[in-house]
Amino acid sequence: MAGAGGRHRAASRPRQGVGESAPVRRLLIAATLLVLGCVLVLPLVTVFAEALRGGLGAYLASFRDPEALAAIRLTLLVAAIAVPVNVFFGLSASWAIAKFSFPGKRLLITLIDLPYAVSPVVSGLVYIMIYGANGVFGPWLAAHDLQVIFAVPGIVLATIFVTFPFVARELIPLMEEQGTEEEQAAMTLGASGWQTFRRVTLPNVRWALLYGVILCNARAMGEFGAVSVVSGHIRGKTATMPLQVEILYNEYNYVAAFAVASLLAMLALVTLVAKAVVERRAGAAAAQITTTEIETALQPHEAS
Amino acid sequence: MKRGRTRRRVGVLPGFGPTLGITVFMVSVVVVIPLMGLFVRSAGLGFGGVWETVTTPRVLAAFRLSFGASLIAATINAVIGFLVAWTLVRYEFPGKRVVDALVDLPFALPTAVSGIALTALFAPQGWVGRLLAPLGLPVAFTPLGVTVALVFIGLPFVVRTLQPALMDLDAEVEEAAAVLGAGRLQILSKVIVPTVLPALLTGTTLAFARAVGEYGSVVFISGNMPNKTEIVPLLIVAKLEQYDFAGATAIGAVMLVLSFAILLAVNLLQGWTGRYREGN
Amino acid sequence: MKIRILGITAVLVLAVVAVLLSGAARGAPKPVELLNVSYDPTRELYRDVNAAFAAHWLAKTGQAVTINQSHGGAGKQARAVIDGLQADVVTLALAYDIDAIAKHTSYLPADWQQRLPHNSSPYSSTIVFLVRKGNPKQIRDWDDLLKPGVAIVTPNPKTSGGARWNYLAAWAHVLRRELGDLAKLHDPAAAAEVQAAQAAAQSFVAELFKRVPVLDSGARGSTNTFARNGIGDVLLAWENEAFLAVNELGAGDFEIVVPSVSILAEPPVTVVDHWARQHGTLEIAQAYLEFLYSPQGQRLAARHYYRPVSPEHADAADMARFPALTLITVDDVFGGWQQAQRAHFDDGGIFDRITAGGQ
Repeated sequence: MAGAGGRHRAASRPRQGVGESAPVRRLLIAATLLVLGCVLVLPLVTVFAEALRGGLGAYLASFRDPEALAAIRLTLLVAAIAVPVNVFFGLSASWAIAKFSFPGKRLLITLIDLPYAVSPVVSGLVYIMIYGANGVFGPWLAAHDLQVIFAVPGIVLATIFVTFPFVARELIPLMEEQGTEEEQAAMTLGASGWQTFRRVTLPNVRWALLYGVILCNARAMGEFGAVSVVSGHIRGKTATMPLQVEILYNEYNYVAAFAVASLLAMLALVTLVAKAVVERRAGAAAAQITTTEIETALQPHEAS
Repeated sequence: MKRGRTRRRVGVLPGFGPTLGITVFMVSVVVVIPLMGLFVRSAGLGFGGVWETVTTPRVLAAFRLSFGASLIAATINAVIGFLVAWTLVRYEFPGKRVVDALVDLPFALPTAVSGIALTALFAPQGWVGRLLAPLGLPVAFTPLGVTVALVFIGLPFVVRTLQPALMDLDAEVEEAAAVLGAGRLQILSKVIVPTVLPALLTGTTLAFARAVGEYGSVVFISGNMPNKTEIVPLLIVAKLEQYDFAGATAIGAVMLVLSFAILLAVNLLQGWTGRYREGN
Repeated sequence: MKIRILGITAVLVLAVVAVLLSGAARGAPKPVELLNVSYDPTRELYRDVNAAFAAHWLAKTGQAVTINQSHGGAGKQARAVIDGLQADVVTLALAYDIDAIAKHTSYLPADWQQRLPHNSSPYSSTIVFLVRKGNPKQIRDWDDLLKPGVAIVTPNPKTSGGARWNYLAAWAHVLRRELGDLAKLHDPAAAAEVQAAQAAAQSFVAELFKRVPVLDSGARGSTNTFARNGIGDVLLAWENEAFLAVNELGAGDFEIVVPSVSILAEPPVTVVDHWARQHGTLEIAQAYLEFLYSPQGQRLAARHYYRPVSPEHADAADMARFPALTLITVDDVFGGWQQAQRAHFDDGGIFDRITAGGQ
């Protein structure tokens, strides 16, 4: 399998290393496509097939239901609050963490990471424990007639929790890698701190920021577990799109359930396309492959 | 004193105070205080109470299933993740870019949607379930179904962690091994796998961590039978629903400690990866 | 059917006219919202009841009312109310769940069940079997459930009210089979016999739960599992849920089997005083629950396969659908819900022990 043939190909295509023979290569490609087809594509196709089972008319009718529309509106509202909060937090955290060194930095990063690892159900649980009627702030909230849990604020809080690391963990590694020279130069030339941030730092990280926003948005709109625990499932009021999918599914309204699910699936596809585009732009801009969220999130970038 | 020293070291950039203040404030409000709340609550039970709750047969069975299925799923992910990452890094084929983008689908697809889609697919009347049922291989509502869902959600973690490591592989090392007469399989097992092992382990651990806490995609496809197909997050919800707040809190706290430990393990693995790659 | 549609249309037209008149005459009262936190299978019932009540209330007072619904397993819903879900009324599967709210909060008085007629249950139901077309496993009564190769679908008694009724119905069946006459339960002379019967009931129910492949958290989840996902040979279901499955999920795919004996299930309703007072909806919440007892409410209950407490108000055609069967009550056989819950469903209770042994 190796030997002369391998060396030969290696010589002609040095970046490829030592290659496999053509049949093996084809076999591996076929295996990959088969696995991905079964594991990833089939479930996706199922969503659309089930949604369209009753024909296009029934599919479109699902979106005229006021409760479905209310769920879409609520989902957009939640994302419209959670994403900017995370952008603001992400920029602050990455500036503090990447541009300065201070004791306890690693601990702070680990704490920012923690929502990645916490089960969504546990995140919902902790918010009930803090803001629920029997929670720490429960009596105070009740006395002031404020409702957090089983209302929109609770859903927003749970969403912010589960999406908390997304923007910050995109920005921190990149800003660490870029260092502070450019900013210091700008400051020396008389720019104010805010100008430096806006004119120097922000353009440098804009792709990573956009990337973080895309991921954060996808998760914010799609979160199920945490939101399910704090929502109260009031139809047309506190049901987000993923919860509406569950409600419809439980009402034997399978076509409508999968129709709402198909909107979320489309959102996922748009997210993937946007990600791919941003990755390529970022690659072109930085002449360095900004990789996926995992790598940026969990592996320190090394300057190549 | 400390702050003065750090600022002197990094130079003249402004904004450290406010941004660190905002960060610490938000981390406290969003992450630390709520999670501390969990511990304070379960501390009310005392260590003995927590231990007693967590060691009941039903809870132990749920932990066994959650960790067992997650471990199996992560192992499967390590194998097919390696295959996919290898193909995507090494070979050119039409539609490669689409396939590459598609790997992230489980990240982007809301878990509830994955859940009902997988259930529809693997239920005895579903497209795949119909084929498997005559073989006596029920997937939906069995531990196997839980594993299938966990493989789905964990795959991108392995692929995305492995891809950069495979890209960084030095072609010359492989060539040298080939020149020295090593076969392709030997090169794979003696050169390639050991080199990317830290990345592979990191990815697998991440897939495992995600799988242990997963709820949305599993809850539809698992049978939710106590002692048989009940995962830990579901058990927490079940405890909550039967007014057993203390029990839910205790299990939640244990899950949290385990999550933290896994996260720490990932960070350590990463230190290893980083050192290795720098040394390279 | 036509007449019904005409009737509904007439009500709607009247409602609109009433709005216009009252609005024009003296300015409509402020619209109001109610939150009804209910259990799983009442989704369709309350959709109709809410529309009818809104029209009724508008015609009567000129006030527009929107009733919001939240559905889920009864235990889960009660838990949510305890944790602060601001329900104006709760309409749950069994009294125990509302007792739990009363016990854990001060939102409603402990004697809430005395506030409305018929133990605060405007309708009752029972537990029947749903089997696949043609009844391939020949399931006719409780004992057939334990025939070899029969897979049973029921929700989890720890979280679902309906499942607790399922469980107790099976238990009561064995007691009746063993004792012949349930009056022996209260006869001290038959204590040894009763004890043997209780043991037989426990092993019957333990066997039954060994044959359950999927234990969903709510009744609706179980119906989906059985009907949609094709799991199991028989579904232990609320009568109304079984009818609904037959009619909504493709008639002809399923059949209802009525066992010789079952349990009288009384799903109660009540106002959550605390929130209703705070929302200023006490009066309308009360009227809403009373509406369930009105001729119109009773007719709607029967139409949605709930057995009305005043059958004379229901359509005869709707009533004809209910099969006759012997119904026994929780009070008679289990000494009331508190006691049944403690013995069977609390942590460490009989249900925990039989499922722990069943692995």
